[in-house]
Amino acid sequence: MLRDITLGQYYQTESVLHRLDPRVKLMGTLVFLISLFLFQNFTGYIVATLFLVSMIALSRVPVSFMFKGLKAVIILLMITVLINLFATPGETVVSFWKLTITKEGIYTALFMMFRLIYLIIGSSIMTLTTTPGNLTDGMEKALSPLSHIRVPVHEIAMMMSIALSFIPILLDETDKIMKAQMARGADFESGNIFRRVKNMVPLLVPLFISAFRRANDLALAMEARCYRGGSGRTKMKPLKYHLRDLAGYVILAVYLAAIIVVPRVVDKIFVQ
Amino acid sequence: MSLIVNHVSYYYNRNTAMQSKAVDDVSFVVQDGEFIGLIGQTGSGKSTLVQHLNGLIKTQEGQICFNGEDITDSDFDLRAFRSRVGLVFQYPEHQLFEEDVFSDVCFGPRNLGLTKSEVELRAYEALKQVGIADESFYQSPFDLSGGEKRRVAIAGVLAMKPEVLILDEPTAGLDPRGRDEILSLIRKLHDQNNIPIILVSHSMDDVAEYAVSLLVMHDGKLVYDDSPRNVFAEHRTELEEMGLSVPEVNKIMHLLREKGIPAPADAITIKEGVEACLEILR
Repeated sequence: MLRDITLGQYYQTESVLHRLDPRVKLMGTLVFLISLFLFQNFTGYIVATLFLVSMIALSRVPVSFMFKGLKAVIILLMITVLINLFATPGETVVSFWKLTITKEGIYTALFMMFRLIYLIIGSSIMTLTTTPGNLTDGMEKALSPLSHIRVPVHEIAMMMSIALSFIPILLDETDKIMKAQMARGADFESGNIFRRVKNMVPLLVPLFISAFRRANDLALAMEARCYRGGSGRTKMKPLKYHLRDLAGYVILAVYLAAIIVVPRVVDKIFVQ
Repeated sequence: MSLIVNHVSYYYNRNTAMQSKAVDDVSFVVQDGEFIGLIGQTGSGKSTLVQHLNGLIKTQEGQICFNGEDITDSDFDLRAFRSRVGLVFQYPEHQLFEEDVFSDVCFGPRNLGLTKSEVELRAYEALKQVGIADESFYQSPFDLSGGEKRRVAIAGVLAMKPEVLILDEPTAGLDPRGRDEILSLIRKLHDQNNIPIILVSHSMDDVAEYAVSLLVMHDGKLVYDDSPRNVFAEHRTELEEMGLSVPEVNKIMHLLREKGIPAPADAITIKEGVEACLEILR
């Protein structure tokens, strides 16, 4: 059940996007997310959709796998759509009881829905095509100028990568302890909310103990290998830009320009 | 008591691209009072198989019958059933959570809905059985030694008075002394309680010493189901191909035979090996 969450998961395959430098992908995701808020009309969506669809195609990740990630946020999506549908003032389309649906409401709701879906898919393309290690490497490198103003960039990146690598380990551990306690008659499924919380104690105590034990072991292992933070530390595979990364930046710049210019130009033509 | 496993198969990630078979068409019978050894390499499906036996993993294919009742039936009460087949997991000390040893052992029987006095009686009996001294009862379980922790965890399962006891690699990660303590405890439990025991292990010496019947798993399949003596004597080369081996004593016997000394090929325990050597020297 915990395994069904695909948000933030990596999908192993071979594609241009997988090989792209993580910094390009980080930048690309950022640009795409911002670009979604730069337009207000239908034409903008066409440009964004074109971009997104071609990225999905390039990533070679099955589309069904990508949409699975949306399941986790479906409730959030529905709430947003409903609020926008009913709470936008404007020209009434239908009205019943105390609720009115307006023409503007329908538009905003639809736009909002697509915007959210695009946000989620756009960012999951990055995580699906980048290993957690690669991602934190990219972040560390991209943010490294900040270390001049005493931001502990390396430490933050290290914390992130440790946290990420612990997620599957702790999930496994949870599964094991849960089963072991169920073998002793523990019940995690029935009862009211207070009972259930109380029943979690036999799961949570061993889980915390094991997390601390693992953390302690890891800290020792790092110290034993003379880890002392980021200063002067080199990498086995330092990030280097290739030609394809340059191409990536160019495509991004073109996309950004397009999403700013195209909707405005189209608007002007229609107004005339 | 009878436990029948009938053509059980299990897939990980079933019906996805990453589907892999963990247990492949396994059938065997556990009889009253039997001591069964289950061996196989890491990843051969041993742990997955034993989790089926008390319903922690739902059977995907095949049936498991306990005393004539099909536990794979949808209306079978699995929660009540789990206490009847005691399963001690690998590294069972990782499941300890209470403030003191005694309360932790009480957890199992308390979940059965017994009265307080009955719960405490069972916990006391179980702790005595695994040889924990009275003065340790109210210590934190985390202050005990590795071997003691494991015995407390085993007591936690014993206190539920299971009708079958399954132990998944009970000696993993212990020093030789802790290992011997656990193994002699398991033998004592078998002799005293007269319940069938399934010992999952990858130590050939342990199963040769204790098991009456031996199951060998490889790649999810049950390849041999025979007495340890027959398995080790007849399938030596096959076992080695699977990445398993025969007991050390048996290896010595074979080395002696290669040198032309008439050692018995079917000696598998240390006792048998010693007797055979004395016989040769005489």
